[in-house]
Amino acid sequence: MATTTKDIQLKPADFASDQEVRWCPGCGDYAIIKAIQKTLAQLGAKTENTVFVSGIGCAARFPYYMSTYGFHTIHGRAPAFATGIKLANPELDVWVVTGDGDGLSIGGNHTLHILRRNVDVQICLFNNEIYGLTKGQYSPTSRQGTLSPSSPLGSLERPLSACSFALGAGARFVARSVDTAQKHLVEVLKRAHEHRGASFTEIFQNCIVFNDGAFADFTDKSVAAERQVHVEHGKPLIFGAEKDKGLRLKPGTLKIEAVTLGDGVTESDLLVHDEKDRALAQLLAAMEPPGLPVALGVLYCDPAPVYEDGIQARLDAACCGDLNDTLRRGRTWRV
Amino acid sequence: MSAISPEGNGTPSIAERGGVRKREIRDSTVIRFAGDSGDGMQLTGTQFAMESALAGSDIATFPDYPAEIRAPAGTTYGVSAFQVHFGSVDIKTSGDELDVLVAFNPAALKVNLADLRVGGMVIVDESAFTDRNLRKADYETNPLEDDTLAPFQLVKLDVTRLTEEAVKDFGLSAKEARRSRNLWALGLMLWMYGRERRATIEWLQKKFADKPEIRDANIAALNAGHAFGETAEMPSDVVGYTVAAADVEPGLYRTVTGTEATAFGLLSGTRSAGIGRLVFGSYPITPASPLLHVMARLAEHGVVTFQAEDEIAAICSAIGASFAGALGVTSSSGAGLALKTEAAGLAVGTELPLIIIDAQRAGPSTGMPTKAEQADLLQALHGRHGDAPVAVVAAASPADCFEVAREAVRLATKYMTPVVVLTDAYLMNAAEPWAIPDLDAQPRFPVQYRTDPEGFHPFDRDPETLARPWARPGTPGLEHRIGGLERSYETGNISYDPDNHARMTELRAAKIAGIANGIPTQQPEIGPEKGPLAVVGWGSTYGPLYQAVRRARDEGHDVAHIHLRYLSPFPRNLGELLRSYEKILVPEMNAGQLVSLLRSEYLIPGEPLTKVKGQPFKIAEIHEAIVERMAR
Repeated sequence: MATTTKDIQLKPADFASDQEVRWCPGCGDYAIIKAIQKTLAQLGAKTENTVFVSGIGCAARFPYYMSTYGFHTIHGRAPAFATGIKLANPELDVWVVTGDGDGLSIGGNHTLHILRRNVDVQICLFNNEIYGLTKGQYSPTSRQGTLSPSSPLGSLERPLSACSFALGAGARFVARSVDTAQKHLVEVLKRAHEHRGASFTEIFQNCIVFNDGAFADFTDKSVAAERQVHVEHGKPLIFGAEKDKGLRLKPGTLKIEAVTLGDGVTESDLLVHDEKDRALAQLLAAMEPPGLPVALGVLYCDPAPVYEDGIQARLDAACCGDLNDTLRRGRTWRV
Repeated sequence: MSAISPEGNGTPSIAERGGVRKREIRDSTVIRFAGDSGDGMQLTGTQFAMESALAGSDIATFPDYPAEIRAPAGTTYGVSAFQVHFGSVDIKTSGDELDVLVAFNPAALKVNLADLRVGGMVIVDESAFTDRNLRKADYETNPLEDDTLAPFQLVKLDVTRLTEEAVKDFGLSAKEARRSRNLWALGLMLWMYGRERRATIEWLQKKFADKPEIRDANIAALNAGHAFGETAEMPSDVVGYTVAAADVEPGLYRTVTGTEATAFGLLSGTRSAGIGRLVFGSYPITPASPLLHVMARLAEHGVVTFQAEDEIAAICSAIGASFAGALGVTSSSGAGLALKTEAAGLAVGTELPLIIIDAQRAGPSTGMPTKAEQADLLQALHGRHGDAPVAVVAAASPADCFEVAREAVRLATKYMTPVVVLTDAYLMNAAEPWAIPDLDAQPRFPVQYRTDPEGFHPFDRDPETLARPWARPGTPGLEHRIGGLERSYETGNISYDPDNHARMTELRAAKIAGIANGIPTQQPEIGPEKGPLAVVGWGSTYGPLYQAVRRARDEGHDVAHIHLRYLSPFPRNLGELLRSYEKILVPEMNAGQLVSLLRSEYLIPGEPLTKVKGQPFKIAEIHEAIVERMAR
């Protein structure tokens, strides 16, 4: 008789496999795996029903370190494998772990289409703005001018905003957090899991070896409060150490501007976060320092029909034919 | 010149001769309908084939159509053709030479005339032979008026006018009326070969149920063409023919294309394996797309069809589905298979069941996408990074696709391996009669999903087949991780150990090689097990090879035909069998791929006979090569 984890409340450590974790000491991935294991424990997840799917890259080693089912696949294609898994068994709880190179460069096409189709998976994109596993080349999210082995004079390409891309692809859940923000990250991931359909969570992750401090301009304790806005549904967009700053639409435009409360500006002038407002989500996703704070939290959440539900409904409606009859459909003759 | 005009040749009409037109007996006949790609040649040929099959003939069809969806009218590259070979004898090919060519315009005549046998009949719609159309077909003079057609029996008919007359009561525009020309010609050909029209009329009633005037006009055109022959308006030396029913095994029959047979075989195999769900991940590509279309209509049998965003996602979704315990299947043609190779390598490394259907077309690159070739054999065998062996099987005929697809499911699940199924543009589109099998009576080969966690690791092995266990996510106690990184033989965990990699590489090869113990030994299709010459082939060349060898044997040549279904691994006795012949001739629709494999594997002096024209071998081409070898 198979052992079962039914009725047993697993602890975060129960989601760790027996394999030695081989990320660089100090890598942001350690914090993320800890947060995901915590999330799974808090959700009451079962190891046998959970599948982690990854592509290639540092982040992609993730499934090997989990005690769940896992599939470490090929570069960029994890969303396609995950789709196949859900088509085979929609009951499975499927997580896709990817990175900025894996999910937005070689696998950009698949990220686009899994979001468009709205397959019920959780996509966690670890964005470190660099290719780590191949030793430090610039990535599609690297800032212009990034010095790297493949861009010795600085990269020419303008970076992609992962969340803007996801929204453009038709994602129905888009969120953002930071590797070190353990509490925030767990809460965001729980929301991502709760969402039926494809959820897209960008996690800013520090690569200590090849891109250390890439996000320090808004994650460092000394500036975080001034350069981050934590969005919450139904609440005004306020930030700053003194909670004295806010975001509003620049009068007469469709642009966001940061304002200081007081001097005639009151809370009622500020934008109130609405998770179902796609246009607002696009504005929030595009914000960047120094002019505007980085938006963290659930930028967008507006559930829509789930792809595999539609497939299942079609199967149920068509069920069940006799294959012998199908072969005999149309014109037949007896000899 | 034997050209005949319906009027004014002074011969008394049949009516004058008593109204009974004589019929001559034929064993078999090859007819080709050819016209513009918008003239309805494919459906005309399909209906003729259906009526012939219903009349008890054995049939083989060969649709040949351009890659352009609507090529400019009247051009040679826009010609679409459908060939039907039918008869009372065992029909194994779509026919070498045409007995009858029905040409709807000068371009169709120009492209197809070379295939008409000397003395064969060519029926033309003379009203289409306008100066403009002649120019488009690069005819400097009208071939109906010079000696171009002297070696043939020419029947000039104003099919356009006769059709317009037949449909004039239905209020169609001239353009619409003209579109019934193909049905008029079909009616005439059905008369000529003594066929019924019933199935065609029923088909028209169904197809045009919403357009009663089109439906009625088409039926009227069909009947008018038939009556034209029947009521002796035809030239007097055009006679009708009687083709007796073929002597075939009793049973319930239908026609089946390779596409349909592949779909049914996959489903039947899935049932025999006891797998609950088939996930078909594919991406549109000629000539494999029709399989995607057929699968999309099989949801009632638990088929999930997934049109992926590209070829890569198609195979990845299929592999993901197999990982989760369904049967993952993907389909493509050679260019798409190239895109799938990285993922196929992962399926080899993770040892998951997977079926890859390759409907081969003439390459490289886009090549000639609607034309058949067998040039993906080496890609199927070796087109992956690293040492990544897979099983490869090939279908020999449209109906054989059913058996081969079933066998692919059996091998994929028994040995936990990707299996490449090679078909081609010809097989997928061509049709033949098929004795419909009773699926409940098909052999079963149930899969055993692992459920027992005791001593489990994902790369544990069955000592006999070397297959690893199939452990589905959702099963408690079997949680495991697999992936592209090399796996430890002992534990299944990631391993960079050099000896382990060597061991695993050898094991993957041994597993595929071991399939030879679970498949039949190779026997000749026809001819002796040792002798002066064996003709060795694979895939859709089966028909012409078989018939050519049979013809040579009838002439006293002691030649054998060996046809391979299993290309990786080869049957375990193949080397021994081949060494028992003095000469080995290997006809292939590529530059010599199987022959190089046989030479390197068995050190035998195999000789290639290649054809890379996007067209099937003719029986005569093979026969000539056999006779020439036997005379050496």
